[in-house]
Amino acid sequence: MAKVLEVRDLHVSFKTYNGEVQAVRGVSFDVNKGETVAVVGESGCGKSVTSQTIMRLLPSPPSMIKSGEIMFDGKDLTKLDEKQLEKIRGAEIAMIFQDPMTSLNPTMTVGGQITEGLMKHQKMSKEEAKKKAIEMLRLVGIPSPESRISQYPHQFSGGMRQRAMIAIALSCAPKLLIADEPTTALDVTIQAQIIDLMKELQEKVGTSIILITHDLGVVADIADRVVVMYAGKVVESGSLDEVFYQPKHPYTWGLLASMPRLDQSSDQDLQPIPGSPPNLLNPPKGCPFAARCKYAMKICTQEMPETSDVSSTHRVACWLQHPMAPKVEPPAMAVGGE
Amino acid sequence: MLRYTLKRLGYMVVTLWVIITATFVMMKMLPGDPLKSEKVPPEVRAQILKQYGLDQPLPVQYVKYLGNVVQGDLGKSLSFDGRSVTDMILEGFGPSAFIGIQGLLFGTVIGLILGSVSALKRGSLIDNASTFFAVLGVSIPNFVMAALLSYYVGVVWGILPPGLWESYEYSILPSLALSFPVIAQISRYTRTEMVEVLDQDYMKTAKAKGLERSAIIIRHALRNALIPAVTILGPLAINIITGSLVVEQIFAIPGMGELFVTSVINNDYTLIMGVTIFYSVLIVGVIFLVDLLYGVIDPRIRLSGAKE
Amino acid sequence: MSASKNLTPELFQPAMIADSAKNQLARERVGFWKDAWRRYCSNKGALIGLIIIIAIGLLAFIAPAVSSYDYQTQNVKIQNKESFYGDHIFGTDKFGRDLWTRTWYGAKISLLIAFLAAFLDLVIGVTFGGISGYFGGRVDMILQRIIEILYSIPNLIVVILLMLIFEPGIVPIAVAMAVAGWVPMARVVRAQMLKLKSQEFVLAARTLGASHGRILTKHMIPNVMGPIIIAVTFAIPTAIFFEAFLSFIGLGIRPPEASLGVLLSEGADVFQLFPYQLFWPAVVISLIMLSFNLIGDGLRDALDPRMRK
Repeated sequence: MAKVLEVRDLHVSFKTYNGEVQAVRGVSFDVNKGETVAVVGESGCGKSVTSQTIMRLLPSPPSMIKSGEIMFDGKDLTKLDEKQLEKIRGAEIAMIFQDPMTSLNPTMTVGGQITEGLMKHQKMSKEEAKKKAIEMLRLVGIPSPESRISQYPHQFSGGMRQRAMIAIALSCAPKLLIADEPTTALDVTIQAQIIDLMKELQEKVGTSIILITHDLGVVADIADRVVVMYAGKVVESGSLDEVFYQPKHPYTWGLLASMPRLDQSSDQDLQPIPGSPPNLLNPPKGCPFAARCKYAMKICTQEMPETSDVSSTHRVACWLQHPMAPKVEPPAMAVGGE
Repeated sequence: MLRYTLKRLGYMVVTLWVIITATFVMMKMLPGDPLKSEKVPPEVRAQILKQYGLDQPLPVQYVKYLGNVVQGDLGKSLSFDGRSVTDMILEGFGPSAFIGIQGLLFGTVIGLILGSVSALKRGSLIDNASTFFAVLGVSIPNFVMAALLSYYVGVVWGILPPGLWESYEYSILPSLALSFPVIAQISRYTRTEMVEVLDQDYMKTAKAKGLERSAIIIRHALRNALIPAVTILGPLAINIITGSLVVEQIFAIPGMGELFVTSVINNDYTLIMGVTIFYSVLIVGVIFLVDLLYGVIDPRIRLSGAKE
Repeated sequence: MSASKNLTPELFQPAMIADSAKNQLARERVGFWKDAWRRYCSNKGALIGLIIIIAIGLLAFIAPAVSSYDYQTQNVKIQNKESFYGDHIFGTDKFGRDLWTRTWYGAKISLLIAFLAAFLDLVIGVTFGGISGYFGGRVDMILQRIIEILYSIPNLIVVILLMLIFEPGIVPIAVAMAVAGWVPMARVVRAQMLKLKSQEFVLAARTLGASHGRILTKHMIPNVMGPIIIAVTFAIPTAIFFEAFLSFIGLGIRPPEASLGVLLSEGADVFQLFPYQLFWPAVVISLIMLSFNLIGDGLRDALDPRMRK
């Protein structure tokens, strides 16, 4: 399969008054053509920073890419200057943000916000762009787009705004769409509609998607592959089935156990993961999850485990994979109730 | 939008009526009387009172005055040989309006540039300098600024005329003096708003579309930052009108300010009332216009018809 | 795994992770006012402003009393003498009066007017805003309509009209300014009252059995006081400016009395010949306004609980 994006050993830090916060510490993953990769993890695990670094949206300072590369279309995105990036943003890689209420400019018509990208990247005239914008709004399921196009975001409902955001993002038919928690701020019924829309459009346009989320329900619905992040690192990655049905990392077990399931009997309680992620100002030298891990061993607090291959697609960074480690069975909650 | 406009208009009319009535009542309470000197014989005094309609009962005077004001007739001056107050005001209004509007223009343009640049280059030398300047601008009374400008630029360095009203050059220093507090306030406000807008999510959306930085700032940031800045234009215009009262004195400009001060010294109360009412109309009108302008540039108000 | 050579089975024994690090409150508890004061002091501008105001205040009340001249005695032999003439630090004016004494005496009068005006502002504003906010409902609605109309009447017009009737003096000027300027204060107070009346933390405190005294001192006062103190601080420089403005157009303090406005007005008459007569009062009034603005900014940062980190 053709790789659209390759992220290799990415390190991103923020300079703050208190010191350097190491938000992303050596993240690697690939995105193939036409597939959806979900990046999951708790708030503050570095998933948003990773996605915004791919787009190079983070202002520098305070952010800085310490090392690593992001290969897209034969180019290393970390090495490009602003002018070159402007040609890629919106045209080749597009992005949808979490809160559709604040992600649209309140003083510009929805149409204007769709056409400006088209006019810039596809050199369309105003009329052509407008036609295309109407077409895009129709595509994302907004009724009577001819009149909607001259309305302002405050006249749209939350779900419609997110549809408009998707229309903006897909208007130039990008090779890669990054959706950063696209459903978190929406009602549950609207969430499902938006996910269905993304699935449908992906088939039509053939875009690859990176979906950033902490909602495992959404992941199960749309993702082909899953990348689990914790404290700025990838702890486990693999196909949807591998991560959901043969999870290897205790953190992934914890995530799965804390998710409600349809096949779960009603007297079973959800199990939250105790504790909170480590402070990335001074990350622990061992495994960052050790302090919250039921199965932690001495080695875990002293040395970071290396990534090992479970299968050709399934990789995990945990000392439990080491031959010297005791055999541990994942809790039943985590692997579903077969 | 129509309802919004009508509501504002209603407030404006009520406000002006309150002011005219209050002015009238206070003038009647005034201790000084221009005709009460010994030199005026009683029969002449009675005749003059009759001529000005001052012998009639107060309610009649009030209704008559109100009617005249609505038609733009502010009565006759008591100290300038019965000249029409309206004419005198219109004569003085020209120079005042010129330096005032020019001052507002100077101040707004310079303030916007300083404020935006400060916000875009936070923590830079220019940011610190303009922050310092903004604090100075609100702290030095504009008539002190006027005197300093007139003395240094006008007298010591001789770059521009230090006073009087003859040609365009004569308007520059007074306008500059008036513009200082405006620059200070606008730059301060623009900076705050701009910093806030730059942090908004939609700025990220704009950047993610691949727009150039200049397009992002002009199309997305500036407009959103300017909308709140428009609200302070009203108070600033009032600030300029107030300031012009004294700045005109310093530059010896034959404008409204001079007219007002002479009217106070002479106890010429038809003139005082006239000028006061004229100023009120001006200020209330400016506030009304700013409210409308705010509605026009902010679609959230234009379309829903209500603030907040 | 490449690093496996140094690994021993012992390392793979279960580790005891201490629970102590969990649920620890990082922040040391500090009282509201102490915390506010600490934040105020960390603002250099605000601290400098406070020091300047204290210095000017002391000079204004002490300098005229200990000076060997008084503010109104004229001396035709030493008219319009430059600054630092003999022991006349600021020089003398056209009547040979000592400008040092006059400037500080004038500053005292201006400060008295400003503080009185701000105090009256506070009294009227708190009463009106308090009633409006406390009773709410119809009373509030009527009072709000009144405020809306008063708010669009320009301060300048009100002050000028009142000053035409009043005899000029410290109290009448302060009263006129308070009458014209109390509306913003009333708005601040009302907004605070309305906000606090229904706030969850007040209800929560009550539910938890806190006494009225405790709710008042721990929850209400810190939240109401902040915005009011800030509004008062900004009312003072405005009053100083208005006093100067009124005296300048001949409606304020009348010579031979002195205030900063009178001095500026007298100085402006002769500034092309004797600029120092304008310069000193101008410096003093600018420093006062500058300092109050800096103090106000500092207080806003220190007292606004939303800014609390």
